[in-house]
Amino acid sequence: MKRGIKILLACAVVAAGGAWVLTAPAPEPVLVAQGHTADPANGELIFTAAGCASCHAAPNSQDKTILAGGYAIESPFGTFYAPNISSGPEGIGGWSLPEFYNALRNGVSPYGQHYYPAFPYTAYSGMTELDIADLYAYMRSLPGDSTPLRAHDVGFPFNIRRGIGAWKLLYLKQDAVVSGELNAEMQRGRYLVENMSHCGECHTPRDALGGLDRDQWLKGAPNPSGKGQIPDITPAGLGWSESELVEYFTSGFTPDYDSVGGSMAAVVDNLAKLPASDREAIAAYLLALPAG
Amino acid sequence: MTLFTKTAITAVLSAGIIATAAFAESHSDKALEDAVKARHAQMQMISYHMGILGGIAKGETPYDSAMVDAAAQNMAALAGMAPASMWLEGSEQGFTEGSRAKTEIWSDAAGFEAQFEKLGAGALAMVGAADAAAVGAGMGAMGAACKACHEAYRGPKN
Repeated sequence: MKRGIKILLACAVVAAGGAWVLTAPAPEPVLVAQGHTADPANGELIFTAAGCASCHAAPNSQDKTILAGGYAIESPFGTFYAPNISSGPEGIGGWSLPEFYNALRNGVSPYGQHYYPAFPYTAYSGMTELDIADLYAYMRSLPGDSTPLRAHDVGFPFNIRRGIGAWKLLYLKQDAVVSGELNAEMQRGRYLVENMSHCGECHTPRDALGGLDRDQWLKGAPNPSGKGQIPDITPAGLGWSESELVEYFTSGFTPDYDSVGGSMAAVVDNLAKLPASDREAIAAYLLALPAG
Repeated sequence: MTLFTKTAITAVLSAGIIATAAFAESHSDKALEDAVKARHAQMQMISYHMGILGGIAKGETPYDSAMVDAAAQNMAALAGMAPASMWLEGSEQGFTEGSRAKTEIWSDAAGFEAQFEKLGAGALAMVGAADAAAVGAGMGAMGAACKACHEAYRGPKN
């Protein structure tokens, strides 16, 4: 074999090895919230703000605390089915707090597998350790359900989960979108919008790899299921006042008395349960987004 | 395969395609578009009257019992419009210009009509609301019907 070819081969082996290491699921070996006494009431608030039930409650079920899964998320990459995350053995019943933490913040399952980013862990990666501990305590107090996992309907090459490792290198663990000196209300609004309610998952357009185009943050996007458009919710796109935004988050009425609909209806159901100060904080954050 | 079989298959397939096309054309595009416009007018009237009630509930306009009753009665009439002439099958989002109607309107017609009935019942219950607080309370029930219907049966903005 010629020397040049040998070197090329060696490089290829090293590159492949490097890629294999870089795309490996990377759970953090953490002791989560040591010495913290869990507060399930705060956990319920986090559960509501993060919209967990919107996808994980059984579709068409009135009881939003039975997290049986099954909701279908259509996307250009295939259809994803939200899994059972009830407190039963089919859900998160056997999970430790560090495993739960790694699922939310790093998108890694207790079995060492990458989750698809249909699960919005790119948002949840900014959740605080204490909030995650409270959420864990609350979710384990909810009923168990024995609905089995439904496999995602995703074709090649997106069915190779190792590819998600490469995706995460590009899109996971980014800084906050809105930065700079923020007062307490704006910080709370940013936490709720960017890390909890994951507004950007629908309202921000995606690039060809399915990552959020943060230069177009909350400026609206095509509906991933194909029909219609998810609206621009920056001040330039929406033009609503703070009280109009808060009214919408509370009653679901727009300023001209149209009503919330579609998948946003479940979001408003959740926002209406939050303290008024949280709805005001979200409105303050949205109104501070750059114009144009 | 004999020539006869081939011809027979071709004929059956063609007949099927023509039949499908004829079915799709059973309402002209204009009829479907007109139905969508009529529905938008109905929704515009509903939001107009909701706005009158909302203004009173929030204290932006003074309480006026005659205005509350008129708005509530008109809302009940709007919610009670017979669906057959308004919701023509095929006038759905992605097929008819301007429509945001989901196909569940026709596959789950009973569920869809039940939401209009809830809105109508809420509007009738509003008649005689004695003050702004009562108007606000009544709006909660009507708003829940608006939201539930738009959640299940209306697609996103075009």
